[in-house]
Parts: sequence; C-alpha cells; structure tokens
Amino acid sequence: MSSDARVYRSRQAMGRSVRGLALVAHDGFSARYDLDRIAGIFSRPAHKLAGQSYVGRILVLDTAKGGVATAWMLHEMKARGVVPLALVFNSVNPILAQGAALGDVPMLAGFDEDITAAIPNGAEVEIDPVRHTLTLLDQGPLR
Amino acid sequence: MRLNEEEQMILAGKSGPVPQQALKHQMLVGDFFGAEDFVAVTQAHIMADTESLGEAGVRWLEGLAATAEGQRRVRIPTITDPRGTDFSKAEFLGQTAAMIDLERRAIAAFVKLGVVMTDTCINYQTIQAPTRNEHVAFGDTGVVIYSNSVCGARSNFEGGPSALAAGLTGRTPRYGFHLPEQRRATLRLRVDFTPRSLNEWGALGGVIGRIAGNYWAVPVIEGIEAPPGSDQFKHFGAAMASFGSIALFHLVGHTPEAGKLTNVAPAGLISRRIARADIDALQQSYRKDDRVDVVVFSAPQLSLFELRELAGLCAGRRFAVPLLAVTSPQVKPDCDRMGYTASIEDAGGTVLSGMCFYQSYAREIAEAKGWKRLATNSAKLVNILGGYGYQPMLASMEGCVDAAVSGRLA
Repeated sequence: MSSDARVYRSRQAMGRSVRGLALVAHDGFSARYDLDRIAGIFSRPAHKLAGQSYVGRILVLDTAKGGVATAWMLHEMKARGVVPLALVFNSVNPILAQGAALGDVPMLAGFDEDITAAIPNGAEVEIDPVRHTLTLLDQGPLR
Repeated sequence: MRLNEEEQMILAGKSGPVPQQALKHQMLVGDFFGAEDFVAVTQAHIMADTESLGEAGVRWLEGLAATAEGQRRVRIPTITDPRGTDFSKAEFLGQTAAMIDLERRAIAAFVKLGVVMTDTCINYQTIQAPTRNEHVAFGDTGVVIYSNSVCGARSNFEGGPSALAAGLTGRTPRYGFHLPEQRRATLRLRVDFTPRSLNEWGALGGVIGRIAGNYWAVPVIEGIEAPPGSDQFKHFGAAMASFGSIALFHLVGHTPEAGKLTNVAPAGLISRRIARADIDALQQSYRKDDRVDVVVFSAPQLSLFELRELAGLCAGRRFAVPLLAVTSPQVKPDCDRMGYTASIEDAGGTVLSGMCFYQSYAREIAEAKGWKRLATNSAKLVNILGGYGYQPMLASMEGCVDAAVSGRLA
C-alpha cells in the first residue's frame, strides 16, 4: 500500500476482503435491466458503463435500481464465473443485499461522501467488510 | 439480531437443515440493514423465473427439495410470481427444450417445498390482497409497491431466496418498510393533471421513480383528483418501482396512510411540480422508429378488465404483426369463458398465461423471432427491455392495437 492510500468507511458491509480494479460510474445497477450476463458486459444502451466488462471488477456505483431478479442472478453469475469481484454502492436496496448474501459477493454500502466521485475509474482498491473499509491503493491510469 | 426461543431452535437446526439455512440467510440480510429482530409474516411471494435462477439456482432449489419430508415445507402460504414460459405456447415463443426442462425442474422443486404455484404478479387482484398493517414477504417490485401503498401492508422487496426463506421460517428481518418511521414521506410532488390511460399512469410512475431515485425514498403525491382504479394503481406503482426501485408511495386522499398530507409528511417538505409535459417527454424518449415488429401487453399481467378492453379493441381487426397479451392462470379461464381470448386470437393475437414477457428469456425470444421494435402500453416493460436488445416504445392500448394492424405506431 502506498503512503498516500485513502480509506473510506461504509455503514453497511457483508462478506470477505478482496482487492482489485474498480469499475466506476455515477449510475444505477440491476442485473436484469443493465447486463448481458452471458457476455459479462453492461448492455443497457443508456447505462454509463454500456459495453464495458464487469467480470472480476469491483463495481463502484450509486444505487440499486429495478426489480428483484438480482437476488438470484448474482448467484447464477457467480456459478459461471461471470460476476463482479465485489460491489460498492452509495446505497443499496434489500435485493442487492439478499443477492450478495446468496451469491457470496462482498459488498459495502453507505458512505459519508459520494463514493463514485471519490474513487477514480480503474483505480486499485481493497475492501474489508469486517472493518467496513474501502482503501484506495492506487489511483489508476486516470490519475 | 435478537432471536426469540423459536428462532433459536430453528438456528440450532431443531427444525431441520432447510429452515436453519433460511434463517441464517435472513440473519445476514438483517444484520446488514441493522434489524434488531424478526417480525412474523402471513404470506410470502417468490419471484423465481428460470432465466434468473439459471442452472445454478435450480440446482440450489433441488438441493433444498431433496431434504427429508417433514423438514422442508414452507410454514405459511407461499406463492409464486410468473414462470419463464407458458408451456402451451413455448414453441410459438421460440423457447428451447433446455429452457422448458429447467422450468419443469424448478416447479418440481418448489412443489416439494410446499410452494403454491400461482405464477402471478397480480396476486393482489387475483389471490388475496394483504390488509392494512399486515406484515408480508413479497417479491416482484410491482406486488410490493401495490401492497405497501394501496393496501397499507408492510413488506420490503424480498428477492426469491429471501421470500422462500420467509416462507420456510414464517418471519422476516424487521427493517425498512416494516418500521413505521421508514414509511414517512421523504419527497413531496404535486401533479397538475390526472393521467388518462394506463400508459400515462405508468409514465407518471416512471417520472416519479426517476426523481425519487432509490429504494429508501418515499414519495407523497398531491393533485390527483379522482381515486385511481386498481389497474391504474398497478401500472403507476409498477413503473415507479421499476424506474426508481421505489417500494412505497402515498397519494394524498387516496391511499390508506395519507388521508391528509400531514399524516405522512414532515412539516416543511418542499414540493416539486410534475407537468403533463414531463410524462409526454418520457414517452417520446422511447419513440425511435414508427415501425413495429411485435406488440406486447404484459408487465404486470393483465386483469380481466384490461383483457375485456383489449378484446373490444381487437374485435373485427386483422393483425399484420404478432400481438401478445399476458395474464395470470387465475384470470385466463375467465378470459376464455367471457370470449375475450377468442376475440383477441381471432384477430391474430395470442393470449398467454402464467408468464411475464420480460421474465421469459426475452433476449432469446427476440433472436428466435426476429423481434426488435416492440410496442406496449407498459412503462415498466419499456424500462426493462432496452437491456435485452429491444427497441421498446410506449403507447396507449388503442395505439398499440392499431400498430398491430398496420405495423406502424402512429
């Protein structure tokens, strides 16, 4: 970890610690509405991440949108290995929490700042749900 | 979470591994949201189409269903949202044998768990509407928002795994909209017109959903003069839930908790105005083409009254493009009996039952049938189908039927 690593605390947390590259946008998330789950990309044309792969990335987004299908779909995506590494949101609905619980996908939610503005797209981050922390390790290519 | 004696017994496995696993899942979610304890629920409603479940989800269900008889059945009436197909129309929809096989396996597992296969997202119109202050565990966002707002019941969005868990344990974590303080309005909206058609009610719900923006927002709406009917509330709420992930709204003078504004809104809540131009703009934003490949009435499933109206519009017409009308297994026999099915199908349409269009492998249907430009009167459906590769367009029921005849949306 570099000496200038920044740490953000979340109010809500679930799962185990992971480290990876962040895929960031100030937009919503629904596995049914927004994703091509076979190709592993955001498919809704109006989504800010349209066309980008979410596989193995730590998704940093604003809030949960849409319906209840995500509660099953994270589990299904995990079984095929076409799943985000972790989820980090400004706020989530029960569906994302239920889906993360069934799919064993680490998740943080609820920050004092807009986490989508704080974390640069492509940054290397580590999340630690036990300590409720997200650590910005490297600003990434957009620094 | 604080557990009572019965919950401690379940957690210790005294009721068997299935309720034990269900309670552990519920505790993970409850802890995440800071729930202090559980609340008993009287009904559960499970969204579990196989496009969402996939092979992994069906195997997970089959694992639960393989548990010994006496240790695996739900404790309270537990019903299902639409399936991923109408078995009698699967070939017409271009669905594959693998999809149908997965559906049959999921159904077999649910039956072993004691789940009642109602296959409907309009259970509040067809099975049993919840009553005011009744705590329930409902899936399908349209069901939840209608039950909370119009019936005054208490539910969070319960995804399939959590709704099934609630059925198996007879309870759910007490957080969110089970708590009175969470049901207070957080934003105030004034509408200076009353929608005239179901697509306009849906569009208004969509506009409000976008403004409200997240699950924890509770809009209170003023300015609707006449009380909406059940189908109007249905489209209004389903679209609001779809566009905004909203689970509860109050309509001053018309919903049970909002006899007057001050019953639900804190003093000083700033009001924002919504004009007819706002819903016109939402509808126009989906008009990219005037040609139509398919017309779909679905999401939510149609009531008998909607089918009656549709049948009247179809009488004596001849469709140039396919028209699909989707309803529940409870409504379909009456639709047949009243002659509505014949009227729609004589014009070249198809009435489907027990499924919902977007929950039925919509992407694969589009590829199999060559459907892309889709007209519907459901704002919820246009919001969903963009991600499935469709170009959805929102219009009135009359406009959609005309489009089925001419192939063009006026």
